[in-house]
Amino acid sequence: MKFAATAAAMGNGRARVGLLHLSTTFSDPIETPALLLTTRKGLPLFIPPDLLPSLPSPHSHLLQFSPLHFLEGISPKTISDVGGLHQMIGLHQHIFVAVPRDSITSIPEHQSTNKTGPSFHTPGGRLLIKPADYMQLVSSMKPDLFVSLADEVPAWVSTKRNTASVDRTLRWLDDCISYNKTGVTVFGSIVGGSRVEERQRCAQEVVKRNVSGYFIGGFGLGESMDERSDLLAAIMDNLPEDKPRQVSGLELPEEVLQGVAAGVDLFDSTYIYHLTIGGFALTLPLETRAGEFPDNELSDSGGSVHANINLKSTIYRKDTSPIIESCECYTCQNHTKAYLNHLFNVHEMLAQTLLEIHNTHHYLGFFRSIREAIKEGRFEQFRRNFIGGRRDNIFISAPSDGTQFNSCA
Amino acid sequence: MALRFEILGRFNRARAAHLTLPHFLCQTPLFMPVGTQGTIKGLTTSQLEDIGCQIILGNTYHLALRPTSELIDELGGLHKFMNWPRALLTDSGGFQMVVVLCLTDTLCTFLDSFRMLICNIVFRYPYCIWLTLLKRVSHFSLIRRFYRTTSRPFMCLYHESLPEFSPVDGKPMLLTPEESIQIQNRIGADIIMALDDVVKTTITGPRIKEAMYRTLRWIDRCIAAHKRPHEQNLFGIVQGGLDPALRDICVRGLVERNLPGYAIGGLAGGEDKDSFWRVVAQCTAALPEDKPRYVMGVGYPLDIVVCSALGADMYDCVYPTRTARFGTALIPEGVLKLKHQAMATDVRPIDPTCECMVCKKYTRAYIHCLVTKDAMGSQLLSYHNLHYMMKLSRDLHSSIVEGRFPEFVCKFLQRMFPKGDVPQWVCNAMEVAGIDISSCCATYSESEDLMLTSKE
Ligand SMILES: [Zn+2]
Ligand SMILES: [Zn+2]
Repeated sequence: MKFAATAAAMGNGRARVGLLHLSTTFSDPIETPALLLTTRKGLPLFIPPDLLPSLPSPHSHLLQFSPLHFLEGISPKTISDVGGLHQMIGLHQHIFVAVPRDSITSIPEHQSTNKTGPSFHTPGGRLLIKPADYMQLVSSMKPDLFVSLADEVPAWVSTKRNTASVDRTLRWLDDCISYNKTGVTVFGSIVGGSRVEERQRCAQEVVKRNVSGYFIGGFGLGESMDERSDLLAAIMDNLPEDKPRQVSGLELPEEVLQGVAAGVDLFDSTYIYHLTIGGFALTLPLETRAGEFPDNELSDSGGSVHANINLKSTIYRKDTSPIIESCECYTCQNHTKAYLNHLFNVHEMLAQTLLEIHNTHHYLGFFRSIREAIKEGRFEQFRRNFIGGRRDNIFISAPSDGTQFNSCA
Repeated sequence: MALRFEILGRFNRARAAHLTLPHFLCQTPLFMPVGTQGTIKGLTTSQLEDIGCQIILGNTYHLALRPTSELIDELGGLHKFMNWPRALLTDSGGFQMVVVLCLTDTLCTFLDSFRMLICNIVFRYPYCIWLTLLKRVSHFSLIRRFYRTTSRPFMCLYHESLPEFSPVDGKPMLLTPEESIQIQNRIGADIIMALDDVVKTTITGPRIKEAMYRTLRWIDRCIAAHKRPHEQNLFGIVQGGLDPALRDICVRGLVERNLPGYAIGGLAGGEDKDSFWRVVAQCTAALPEDKPRYVMGVGYPLDIVVCSALGADMYDCVYPTRTARFGTALIPEGVLKLKHQAMATDVRPIDPTCECMVCKKYTRAYIHCLVTKDAMGSQLLSYHNLHYMMKLSRDLHSSIVEGRFPEFVCKFLQRMFPKGDVPQWVCNAMEVAGIDISSCCATYSESEDLMLTSKE
């Protein structure tokens, strides 16, 4: 794996662009900040494999999966017989990133976690995975990179429990590295809950290990957006510039911007999943010209106060326009809001398929805007304008917005 | 008439043709997947084109409920609404009534002589009167439901229209032949179906005769109500249960009306296979040569091969997509149950001879871990199953055109019945179709040999 990040320019704060090249695949290098598409068992939830090429390439080629998904139904030996995940999923140009947690069907469950391994809530019940078993899964699947096991705890746990989680996470990282016989690229997990000192300690220890990048865990588990900035800064201060940083648990566009501002390179797409399931189409105000947001785009989208439109709403019953007129995704090129509204009304699966295509396409566009803003040295301005354009968004927790972004300005 | 039917090749009764519809030039024999609500189980229209679907079926009943035919009409018809450039067919909306009428029918046959009496007593008064009388008997919500599902059908059968209850708001929906055609005119499919009185084939007695005559009476009302005969083709439906005499009357009645095409209805409802193919054979023999023939509700690959040999051209069924939802794949050998534990370690494709996207990419083991747990499992299996049906349609067409239909039938049967245990009804039907399948049927002595060797 090769990674090169360009130094932050004046108007960017700590935000950075990078080029990620995973040499084990035939894929083109991918520019960061980038989005990893969350998958279930290696495929996006509703997008069939023959429609994947309709998404922008190569930026849709980063796929995140949880090896735990495969524990029901198929054995590591069979996966290895097939020739690993690329072969089994039939996506040879894509990059597979193994992350135990997926925030959807594999959620950290700190109470049942013990010193032998972390525990997760999965559709098949509670599941505890030991480093040796996890690495057996990894070596049979041959992903392009894997994230070490982490004891992710919510923000409210005791100091003692938090310290234990850092100790365990570091020990499991050593275990994962020693079991990694096939030499798969490894990202070391950094935890530490809501305590700055623990976050620092964990980051400093992980940096000492032989890892190719960093996975920042333990977010999205009850901490506020305000305290997250300090925690992210405490971690980043200790990480080298030349290695990529991945995060999990930052979902909303505002949270992604917060992560980018702190210097994070890779994000997951749990947000798209939740929107798609709920019937919401992503209509973020993407820039038209440099630094300008079309400010009446929001009122265009059916008078909703927030930028995501609810396709189940009766106002779209007769709407023969696509979700976004200028969108180049398969869905917007072929179908109307009226048809999507009908599909959601009658609970047809195609509704989710079409919506996931649009939402993924659009969210990748959001990441492209972020990269362009950073390249032009105006990320902080981009972030301010974006937040301003979405201030009424119901998804933002009210107290964290004003103070937070004034201090950044 | 808005279609052209051009026969390209024949083998005895079987035929392969070009069916030119307003939106697409189709090759028959063909299978039509069912897209009840303007979509087929998670598949996009571009995928359906890739698979080779020529005509998709929409259910009038469902579409009339949501999004309503008025809305479809306002937005430019179903083709535009679902962005499907090829052909569409809508049913009359009458079939869904079988479910509602089922209860009535059972009651009727059981208490046929008391029928009028029941109507007079039970349904003369609103159900609340019966409720007050029976309040002490505990299940009065059940009585209300019974009343709602039975009283309307009774009343309306005497008024020559069929009732329906909207599952959305529970209000009764009345469907007359005029309304059915009007709704279908609004939806705008290439082929629309006349309203028929569907009766389960397993029912016998005067109800069958009544349904046949009612279907025949309704056809004229359908023709009269049809406002777009130059853009949409109205197909008549042959009814008459398993009674050859009734079927004969119905066929002759419909042929007199010179419709663009004919459907054979009331089958695939649980009747025995020998009765089934005999009805098909009788109808195809009596229907005009130069018009398409559509066997409704037929979808097992074997049934399609047999019906095509007997001279039928079109089929529809939910089977390929429904069975996919339960984790079953269609393969030349029959079916493959992907939920089965043995599939967990099977690294072969679903069907090694299949050229579909799913078989080219995935192993049985991977599909096994998806099916019934993840949406993608049924999506991928539906894709494969529909591909299988379309390949079967294409093979039937090309083998007839190229004059090797009997060879195709034999190969098909050999793969499905490798031991030579071809069902008797298939042998009987093939004899009538004039296709020699002796090479793939085990003779008596051969099957004895087989048993002996298996014992050793
Ligand atoms: Zn779009
Ligand atoms: Zn296949």
